[in-house]
Amino acid sequence: MATTQPVTDDEQLTATPPDDATTGMAWVRKNLFPDVWNSLLTLTLGPLLAWGVFALGRFLFVTGRWEIVTVNLTTFMVGRYPRDQLFRLWIAVAILALVIGLAIGVATSVARAAAASAGRDHDRPWHEPVRRFGPPVMLLVVMAVFVQTATPLLLLAAVLALGAVAYRLGRLVPLRRRGQVNLVLVIGVISAQVAITGFGGVPRSAWGGLLLTFYFTIGALLFAFPLGVVVALGRRSTLPVVRGTCMVYIEFFRGMPLVVLLFTGWLVLPFFLPPQFPTPNIVTRAMIILVLFTSAYVAEIVRGGLQGLPRGQREAAQALGLSPWKQTRLIILPQALRSVIPALVGQAISLYKDTTLVLAVGLLELLQVARIIPGQEAFRGQGLFAETLVFVSLIYWVGSYWMSRESQRLEAKLGVGER
Amino acid sequence: VSASTQTETATPDGRSPRPPFWRDVRIIRIALQVGFLLAVAALLFWLFDNLTVNLRVLGIRRDFAFLGQPTGVPILGSDFRAQSPIRDALLVGFFNILRVAVPGILTALVIGTLVGVGRLSTNWLVRRAAGIYVEVLRNVPPLVMLIFFYIAVLQQLPAQADSITAGPFALLNVRGVYLPALRLDGPAPAFLGVLAVALAAAIVLGMLRTRRFDATGQPHRRVPLGVGLFLAIALLGWLFLGRPLGLELPVVEGRGVAGGYRMIPEQASVFIALVLYTSSFIAEIVRGSIQAVARGQTEASDALGLSGLQRLRFVVLPQALRIATPAGGNEFLNFTKNVSLGVFVAYPELLRIGRQAVGNGFPAPQLLFIVSAGYLTLSLAISLVTNLVNRRLQLAER
Repeated sequence: MATTQPVTDDEQLTATPPDDATTGMAWVRKNLFPDVWNSLLTLTLGPLLAWGVFALGRFLFVTGRWEIVTVNLTTFMVGRYPRDQLFRLWIAVAILALVIGLAIGVATSVARAAAASAGRDHDRPWHEPVRRFGPPVMLLVVMAVFVQTATPLLLLAAVLALGAVAYRLGRLVPLRRRGQVNLVLVIGVISAQVAITGFGGVPRSAWGGLLLTFYFTIGALLFAFPLGVVVALGRRSTLPVVRGTCMVYIEFFRGMPLVVLLFTGWLVLPFFLPPQFPTPNIVTRAMIILVLFTSAYVAEIVRGGLQGLPRGQREAAQALGLSPWKQTRLIILPQALRSVIPALVGQAISLYKDTTLVLAVGLLELLQVARIIPGQEAFRGQGLFAETLVFVSLIYWVGSYWMSRESQRLEAKLGVGER
Repeated sequence: VSASTQTETATPDGRSPRPPFWRDVRIIRIALQVGFLLAVAALLFWLFDNLTVNLRVLGIRRDFAFLGQPTGVPILGSDFRAQSPIRDALLVGFFNILRVAVPGILTALVIGTLVGVGRLSTNWLVRRAAGIYVEVLRNVPPLVMLIFFYIAVLQQLPAQADSITAGPFALLNVRGVYLPALRLDGPAPAFLGVLAVALAAAIVLGMLRTRRFDATGQPHRRVPLGVGLFLAIALLGWLFLGRPLGLELPVVEGRGVAGGYRMIPEQASVFIALVLYTSSFIAEIVRGSIQAVARGQTEASDALGLSGLQRLRFVVLPQALRIATPAGGNEFLNFTKNVSLGVFVAYPELLRIGRQAVGNGFPAPQLLFIVSAGYLTLSLAISLVTNLVNRRLQLAER
């Protein structure tokens, strides 16, 4: 151009930046080869990654002998659980789907109401559910590949439908009744256990596989949470003796490796009970240890929430003339617990991963199934450990990854640290 | 009249009357604490009493005299003899925790830092690869990885004669992982003396340069100068003393392997699994701490005209380190505690030795007590050091 035209302010404001990131070559240059150093990195890392993807793909789709998983899928799920009693499990799963769906429904209503009152609007992009439920859907697809008959898939679909109905019902529950949902949840978990063990059912010592993993995760959380809150309050007490005792409790259980505690629970716990006392069975002992261990971590998390509250909250509650107990229950705890929900989910994730350690006491949980199945007669001496262990890793990975992503979402939604 | 009604409620010396003792907060507090203490003491006494009764009924001794008895079994990967007392076996177990934990924590720190910085790279491929590394490894239980590496990788390796070689430096086979070893021979004490002198000289030089910097403001360059001086003196000493320090490479000799440092598969699997697992957490801490340094700090250092490296070295990293210390110390602690997972692959750390002794008929309560005490000591030591470092690094309370 020969003449330089003066650019008006309007044109400057509306001009879009050069669109270099959208064209293929420009994108590659900017993100992979911007300078010598980055080009070198790309050229070394690229082939390595490509080889890794190729090796993994070859194992997953060509060389892997996955029939060992197909044949033993039920064992992975429930261990030595008697196969003619499986209907009890489905009943328990249905009960759980019902109460959990209900709880999520109520929690969603509460969150929406809070968001509305805070003036935040809720427009979600259409692909959010796809992203959110990607990992569990992937796991379901993998399971569907390994399933031999259609019955479990149909039953699973029915259970999920039940959960969806319960979620809708939960959305209809009036907000003032939301406190009772916790009670419903506890009753649901207990009746799910009774549905399996009660009425001539299967004792817990015969459980195994993923069932045992879920049982330990949910059960230990259910007991460890209230215990942890109590210990955290004790840790913040103004009475030095109570504070000191709770501190010793927390430091002891956080300082010990869980495996050492589990071995102690297995080998030594019976020594600490009176001789005439019946020795608790191995599942109970493992559960006691998991609860004590987790409660110490929960206490430390809750203490963080308590410390994070401004002093003014307690003082305002005192000024209202509330009793100390009411100050804690109505003013302090609700705020402290709300701010530590993401950290508590993090603790749930580590508990889920830590349940692998109960194989220390000889329980047939998911990892132990993966370890002994390649020794079955049909597969002995073929070294199919990689197949079973990769399958089990996938189950752990999906659960743990999904929970951690949901907790990040929750963190953003609760606006923790935004105040 | 009004004055007399006021004085009626007060005691003659002008103070308000004490409330009855059951409403006196001070007395209530003391009573509550005494009651709590009694309850805890009663619980502990009950547990201990049950223990003594049970041990008497079962005819198990309550003292620690068994520690002097012979262990009865050798220890994997060491020259420990079966006749040596249990006490020594437990000590070997304790040091085996450190043998994995110390190099493991250092390795995890290096890998974690690289991956954490990689997650913030401008290079798309590096960023993605680091992201996958973190998301895959931290969401798989460490025990699954440990057993995977032990059973599905290390035990599937070829025999010693057909070792897989990684360059001339490392060998992999079913009996273990062989790495180059540092070999000290000849006048080793003299060489260590030379190293000490070199270190002292480097420190003195650094101090002199710092003093000069303080006085004149000239660039001190104490780190390159100090390191250079140390290396120069060490090299001279090494040449004069007839090369007393060298690398010993592992080589296949016939059906076996000679030389090098051998990691038994049990140790190698614990090491690899825990390094991978912990480094993914350290990477997240590194990334989070760098991102947590306020953006204005970066902009301010750009405004001062610092180069990219100077910005990292003098502005971002010191502040990120301060943020990362507590969480990082926690990961070191977790690594150390997780060495106890070695019991599942028979790595002879403290728990494994204790467990084995229980299996051989030695009393479980005392042995588990010793194992717990060993791990607890390490945990408390690490958290103590973390707290001290943290206190030094933190800014004064605002």
